[in-house]
Amino acid sequence: MKEERLIQWLLLIIALSAISVLALITLFIFKEGLPIMVKVGVTDFILGRRWSPGKGVFGIFPMLMGSLWVTGGALLLGVPLGLAVAIFTTEFAPPYLSAAIRPAIQLLAGIPSVIYGFIGLTVLVPWIRSHLGGPGLSVLAGAIILGIMILPNIISISEDAIRAVPKEYRDGALALGATHWQTIWMVVLPAARSGIIASIILGMGRAIGETMAVIMVVGNAVKVPCSILDPTRTLTSNIGIEMGYASGEHRQALFATGIVLFFLIMLLNTAANIVIRRRSR
Amino acid sequence: MQASACVYGSPRAALQCFFDAVLRSLLILAFALLLGGCRRGEAGGLTLAGSTSVQPFAELLAEEYMLRHPQSPPINVQGGGSTAGIQAAQTGAADIGMSSRELRDDETGLYAITIARDAIAVIVNPRNPVSDLTLEQIRAIFSGQLTNWKAVGGEDHPITLVTREEGSGTRGAFQKLVMGEEEIFGEAIVQDSNGAVRELVASDPHAIGYISLGIADERVKVIKVNGVEPSIESVERGEYLLVRPFLFVLKGEPQGLAKDFIDFVLSPEAQELLAQEGLVRVD
Repeated sequence: MKEERLIQWLLLIIALSAISVLALITLFIFKEGLPIMVKVGVTDFILGRRWSPGKGVFGIFPMLMGSLWVTGGALLLGVPLGLAVAIFTTEFAPPYLSAAIRPAIQLLAGIPSVIYGFIGLTVLVPWIRSHLGGPGLSVLAGAIILGIMILPNIISISEDAIRAVPKEYRDGALALGATHWQTIWMVVLPAARSGIIASIILGMGRAIGETMAVIMVVGNAVKVPCSILDPTRTLTSNIGIEMGYASGEHRQALFATGIVLFFLIMLLNTAANIVIRRRSR
Repeated sequence: MQASACVYGSPRAALQCFFDAVLRSLLILAFALLLGGCRRGEAGGLTLAGSTSVQPFAELLAEEYMLRHPQSPPINVQGGGSTAGIQAAQTGAADIGMSSRELRDDETGLYAITIARDAIAVIVNPRNPVSDLTLEQIRAIFSGQLTNWKAVGGEDHPITLVTREEGSGTRGAFQKLVMGEEEIFGEAIVQDSNGAVRELVASDPHAIGYISLGIADERVKVIKVNGVEPSIESVERGEYLLVRPFLFVLKGEPQGLAKDFIDFVLSPEAQELLAQEGLVRVD
């Protein structure tokens, strides 16, 4: 009994230390970034359109828009494709085929992001430049690369959700004379909806937080994009590309960029948690 | 967990035991391998940190120095960027900071030595017919006032502007030498190294960028500025004006190994080495 107590305490300490690391990181980001945010003014910092650290002008609106454009584009490409794969492997594919597809998808998740970025830079960017115009480094390139990167998240979680739909639902629909496709569209997918939404939100979190691959393909121009062929800069690439050289207020402003990113991701994770909780109820 | 208590009760247990032992030794071997390449920084070594433009040359010099002084403590060369290098020298995180731009007014209390000078080349794609620009034209292009190649005698196509990130020494030098009070256009594409700028200009027929002259190769075309071809000779004659210093920055007067190393860097043989690599000697 006594031994058990001891182990309980030990586990509690370990669990708390993991959380405290998270708390310390948060504290550090706020301590470094908040002063400049207050100095510039929170609204000016978030809605300011000019980013000129050398002159002490810090506005991250273009980066915020860049993140939203690239992430939105990634979802536009990744969600339909991912859902289609999930429906195919759970509803249509013969067992041997889905057994082959699933590990391949998992493998996608294991490819380092710098490899995705490199392929984007050497294959996708020149292709966009010569076939669609513009400098090639663009919102579109970032969206395509991120769209592929979030596929594993979307597919595996949606698959689980679809598979968790009780067999009785399907049987009932089919017994009422619905075709296979009608059953999927009107019964299975609505029943799996919250799981699918959770998968999309997690994919969104992944897309918004990705740095390396994005730096390599979006061009990093401080610019609110007017078309998908324009280069842009995301919140993460703003930090990633300038942190090495930054000092003083510039460094603080990059941490403040991190604060904005932090809130954005918190917002998404909270949303994901709410959806997942509703699903388990 | 129990230590390997192997009781050979049955052939299967013995086999299991054997595999356990193999697995355990493999794990130990794996950890040993992890530590195998580790070498603790020896006391009295010299650390250089800073500009990624200076870094390859500093590495070369360190190698050459170690060849001549095999008994000397090791010299470590790290990147990080000019600003970070200057800071590292100030805080003592590095013995010598490397900078590819001159010190700013707020970077005081430091001892700076120019080890070489480097020309900044403005580059375009070889397929671009433009090969000669005036300083004013370059300034107008990079400030976003001229946006089409037609305006400077090229084809009718928008210019793809490529610049370096804020804080880069090359950008700082370009700002000072070319732009003056004008600002580099905020919507230009930003790449985070000389090499990345060169790659992009080499692949985009309408791009223009600026890099260290030593890094330019046949895949990009170096632009003549005011009719002067950038080269070591034209810099030495004082004709090509886009030149910046490569600095070693120290907290105080160099002493000991640092002094010895800097003396070597400024020696004629080391300067000759730098000249072969495309830099302009200072002796």
